[in-house]
Amino acid sequence: MEMTGAQMVIEAMKLEGVDTVFGYPGGAIMNVYDEIYKQHDFKHILTRHEQAAVHAAEGYARATGKVGVAFVTSGPGFTNAVTGLATAYMDSIPLVVISGQVPITLIGTDAFQEIDATGISRSCTKHNYLVRSAKELPLILKEAFFIASSGRPGPVHVDIPKDVTAELAWFDYPTRVDIPTYRPTTKGNVRQIKKASEAICNAKRPVFYLGGGVIHSNSADLVRKFVEITQIPAVETLMARGTLRHDNPLLLGMVGMHGTYQANMAMSETDLMIALGPRFDDRVTGKLSEFAKHAKIIHVDIDPSSIGKLVDVDYPIVGDLKEVLEVMITKVKEHIDPDRYQSWREILKRYNEIHPLKYEDSDKVLKPQWVIERVGELLGEDAVITTDVGQHQMWTAQFYPFTYPRQLITSGGLGTMGFGFPAAMGVKRSRPEKISVNFTGDGSILMNIQELVTAVESRLPVINIILNNHYLGMVRQWQTFFYDKRYAETDLSFQPDFVRLAEACGGIGYRVETKEEFDEALKDAVEKKVVAMIDVIIDREENVLPMVPSGGTLYNMMLEFKE
Amino acid sequence: MKVERRIISVIVQNEHSVLARITGLFAARGYNIETLTVAPIPDSNMSRLTMETRGNVRVIEQIIKQLHKLIPTYKVIEHEEMIEKEMVMMKFPINESLSNIQALCQAYNGGIANVSSQHIITMVADEPKRVKHFIEAAQRFHPVEIVRGGVVAMERE
Repeated sequence: MEMTGAQMVIEAMKLEGVDTVFGYPGGAIMNVYDEIYKQHDFKHILTRHEQAAVHAAEGYARATGKVGVAFVTSGPGFTNAVTGLATAYMDSIPLVVISGQVPITLIGTDAFQEIDATGISRSCTKHNYLVRSAKELPLILKEAFFIASSGRPGPVHVDIPKDVTAELAWFDYPTRVDIPTYRPTTKGNVRQIKKASEAICNAKRPVFYLGGGVIHSNSADLVRKFVEITQIPAVETLMARGTLRHDNPLLLGMVGMHGTYQANMAMSETDLMIALGPRFDDRVTGKLSEFAKHAKIIHVDIDPSSIGKLVDVDYPIVGDLKEVLEVMITKVKEHIDPDRYQSWREILKRYNEIHPLKYEDSDKVLKPQWVIERVGELLGEDAVITTDVGQHQMWTAQFYPFTYPRQLITSGGLGTMGFGFPAAMGVKRSRPEKISVNFTGDGSILMNIQELVTAVESRLPVINIILNNHYLGMVRQWQTFFYDKRYAETDLSFQPDFVRLAEACGGIGYRVETKEEFDEALKDAVEKKVVAMIDVIIDREENVLPMVPSGGTLYNMMLEFKE
Repeated sequence: MKVERRIISVIVQNEHSVLARITGLFAARGYNIETLTVAPIPDSNMSRLTMETRGNVRVIEQIIKQLHKLIPTYKVIEHEEMIEKEMVMMKFPINESLSNIQALCQAYNGGIANVSSQHIITMVADEPKRVKHFIEAAQRFHPVEIVRGGVVAMERE
């Protein structure tokens, strides 16, 4: 059937099963928006900033595993979206972001709202396209969704000049794509899996090192089974939180800079690290030369360039984690003796008894950790949690009782402040039955505060809990520890009245300073089902501990801070 | 850290922006591509790029893996033993000895490409190391211009 490029975009969304598009119109993408106006197949949610549109699409994708979609215009519309693309790229999130571009005839002339969009997005997307005629569009859109969601997922950017959206061409949407240069390996090498399985059965002090790949490949169930059968303890990275239930006795907690003592000691003393879909980030490994010094390493990853990037690996397995685990579990099952790790488990248990994850509660001032635990008690698995970036993010990862994968949605790799609130809108849109809670800080929340308007207008009742210490807390903490308390530009004492700010946008605001006030505010916000801001005044000087100082070794943690 | 010279050949879909994708991987790490040759492969929609670079072994291995990862990349060829050839053209004033220049060129697998009323232009294609020697040896004929091509390479087997 013949149609315009703009109509093709709409048709492709329909055929890809897209139910929500986040976006913001503008000159170069008006033809597409004109077609959005005429259709009823998907809902368009108008954010108030393009960055938020991409983060919302990410929230949607992270909560469901489906491809998130955002539309933006050329020039500033696109450049605003770049932070979202980079955030998704670092965390391997499947997105298709479509931007308008000036007409082909004007490209390269410094036209109004022209920027070399694909030139900019090249280094922060899995792939990108500049569409040069409407007849290319069906295949490009099909490929975009395929590339975004297959192999190691990631964002794909499609830049469409305005004249292409007006151009007529034949629309025949491909049912499948075959890109000869892109065929991700999903089936792991059987011989290598067998060797790795033998190593597991022969290890004395093995540990599972679970990364974001577990979530992306939807293999949490298999990982739970694997842990159950082997009785091997496991650590989770920030991106893997929720893989195991928080109360699983084999879960040692989060690993890395703000991980638990037992998790980091396990990583340091293990003789066999079973790395399932992590990427050995510097925030996890600490000093590389001391990392897993005594261990053989099994690394399963769908991306060959992740394997051996930072740490030499003894058993590299390229493949889809789910497919690899299915084979590995059957192999391990035959020979495993879970009792052989008993003394290892005892050692780790003792480490946890010596230095458990803890904080000192107070009756005088609210502690952020208490607030997080309290939300966990009251809402538990009914809530999907998003965070912004900073101290509150680490406290949430440490103290919230996560029970299932995709329950924590956070910007891990790029560490994007301003991510949480729009992402929480995307979560609410895709998981309406859940309570969408965004833990944020007084610094982060202001980086996409305009989304109060979007959330109220689009009826996306996100509960923002601001852990407010009137500081840019994480930077302040580093200044306290490493810069002799020279608090350069981190004092955020001057700030808006968050209650009135929420009300001004049609939401509801609470300011709380005691436990009772917090309980009441949270209950009220949950009952009223409106966009809420709970401004929680917390202990100003609270630090995130324990901590591996940047470049330090995992086994040498700072357990408390002494003046 | 060990610094090494590497020749990397990449076979890619012949499409716009593919060169930018490849060179971007080097640029992002502050690595220089010393020579680069690109041409379409006959009777296909693929092109072959040959690059010569120098750098930390681990970083180069990472670049090679990421070259594989680029969607338009079909194949990355990277062997210890490649037959390498490089081309160079040199221009000399007409008053230099034509026969001496020709003899030198022949010693390096080349010859005279053109002679005008003003200049002699020579062309040599040989291994990169020998091309370097040729340029040194030709200095005594007072060259006025030198144009080097990039390395092209082929696996021995």
